[in-house]
Amino acid sequence: GHAVLGPASGQRERYALSLLRAVHFQDYATCFATASGLRVTVEDAKCIQANAFIQAEIFQEFSVQEESVMFRVSLSVLLDCLTIFGTSSLPGTSTALRMCYRGYGHPLMLFLEEGGVVTVCKIHTQEPDELLDFDFCSTKVVNKIILQSEGLREAFAELDMTSEVLQITMSPDKPYFRLSTFGNAGSAHVDYPRDSDLMEAFHCNQTQTNRYKISLLKPSTKALALSCKVSIRTDAQGFLSLQYMIRNEDGQICFVEYYCCPDENITEAEL
Amino acid sequence: MRFRAKIVDLACLNHFSRIINTIAKLAKTCILRLTVCKLYFILSDKVANGGASMWCELCQGNFFDEYQMEGVAAEHNEIYLELVPENLSRALKTAQNAKAVKMKLTNKHCPCLRVAVELPSLSSSSRIVTHDIPVGVIPRRMWNDFREPSVPDFDVSIYLPVLKTMKSVVERMKNLSNFIVIEANLSGEMNLKIETDLVSVTTHFKDLGNPPWASEDGCQSSAQGRDLESMAEVCIDIKKLQQLLAGQQVNPTKALCNIVCKRVVHFILLHEEVSLQYFIPAIA
Repeated sequence: GHAVLGPASGQRERYALSLLRAVHFQDYATCFATASGLRVTVEDAKCIQANAFIQAEIFQEFSVQEESVMFRVSLSVLLDCLTIFGTSSLPGTSTALRMCYRGYGHPLMLFLEEGGVVTVCKIHTQEPDELLDFDFCSTKVVNKIILQSEGLREAFAELDMTSEVLQITMSPDKPYFRLSTFGNAGSAHVDYPRDSDLMEAFHCNQTQTNRYKISLLKPSTKALALSCKVSIRTDAQGFLSLQYMIRNEDGQICFVEYYCCPDENITEAEL
Repeated sequence: MRFRAKIVDLACLNHFSRIINTIAKLAKTCILRLTVCKLYFILSDKVANGGASMWCELCQGNFFDEYQMEGVAAEHNEIYLELVPENLSRALKTAQNAKAVKMKLTNKHCPCLRVAVELPSLSSSSRIVTHDIPVGVIPRRMWNDFREPSVPDFDVSIYLPVLKTMKSVVERMKNLSNFIVIEANLSGEMNLKIETDLVSVTTHFKDLGNPPWASEDGCQSSAQGRDLESMAEVCIDIKKLQQLLAGQQVNPTKALCNIVCKRVVHFILLHEEVSLQYFIPAIA
């Protein structure tokens, strides 16, 4: 297998970097490249999975010789290598980047150039982990809401993050969409009516109340900060999917996606 | 033994503070040597502090509006003090827009360097902040320990690249590894390399130029007759290099390094009338 990515430069590189940072809550990431782009997956505690999709169009050149290639690398090492010339490049210069992966057992090679200075990085790759399959196909989705990210950012600022869990209620009837926390300073609820300006789409078929560990959801706030829209979906078991749509300066769109297991320690009585 | 000095000019004061900050980053304690014309900050190579050594030299005339000193004896008209540069740096922090800073050697309860900062105020009376920085007076029999290091018999001498670029490269590399290999040749090429179980990274700099040492002072070095392409390399503690670069707030007018293969790397940074030499020994 062989993948040549790049050269990506300047703003686009910063954009790709911010996507990678958005999923950087665990050191190791599994990268999966196909003709359509690169997917970077990070998991924690077999409870949460984050995926950053970097579309092929972000790169000036992108080719994958085989149908797909997959490898695992340390994300912090990758980020340090990508920012070797600093996060803010000198005015008038831009960093050119070329990435190559020759296939199983080979290192991921990065070639960076800025103002005549060349850096070559050889990042050793590892056997990819078995990834969790949340199996979130559209037929299994029970409730789905698309919200402007601004609305969710406000909510996260309001809610009490000392709470252990975030409770999400989605319902075809009142309160439609409710976020609740139960922290040191008491309970807090944020409700969104279905006709709110922030609500772009509302497809709820069934009343569902589920709790998710805040510690697991916290990493997703990095992506929330960058995004313009978020799609919130649940399936029958209460698994949660958060899809953040992130637009760069050129109007290109990428996605960062989180899947999270519901918190099991909950009884019907508590609801 | 007497020493008193005064800085009034704000630009001189800021420049002096920057130098002290740089030194505070490089050395926990150092020797301040005062002579009639010059001030020296000296860190001599003790194995306990990683074996790095420093020699920083500045002309008093470029900084001080008043400067008086009297050594122990007329024939040894010098003063050697041991101090914590961080203390001096902290004392000067309050002096960012001071009207004047006076420094004086005192001996009330113990020997101290008194830094009196006169701050501007709206009323006619001025505010003065005084810091007494404890110092140790180095007796004359120990002065020999703090002599200027000689330029080592290097294999390769080379100008450094833009320090901002070098700094960010070294900072990232520091996240990845504890050691760094610096290698350079006489064709103006320098590489910075790290290698760990996870990753290896090499940054290549070219067209840096090699300083013309031999013609300047006629000294013969190992660099003579050396193959222009062949690299001289030295592996050092990356933290020491990072500290040196982090302390550089202004791009020096001249920056170069001398590499003694597998032994030591000697940095020389010249900034107007200040010269800083820093030696980082190789790690075996």
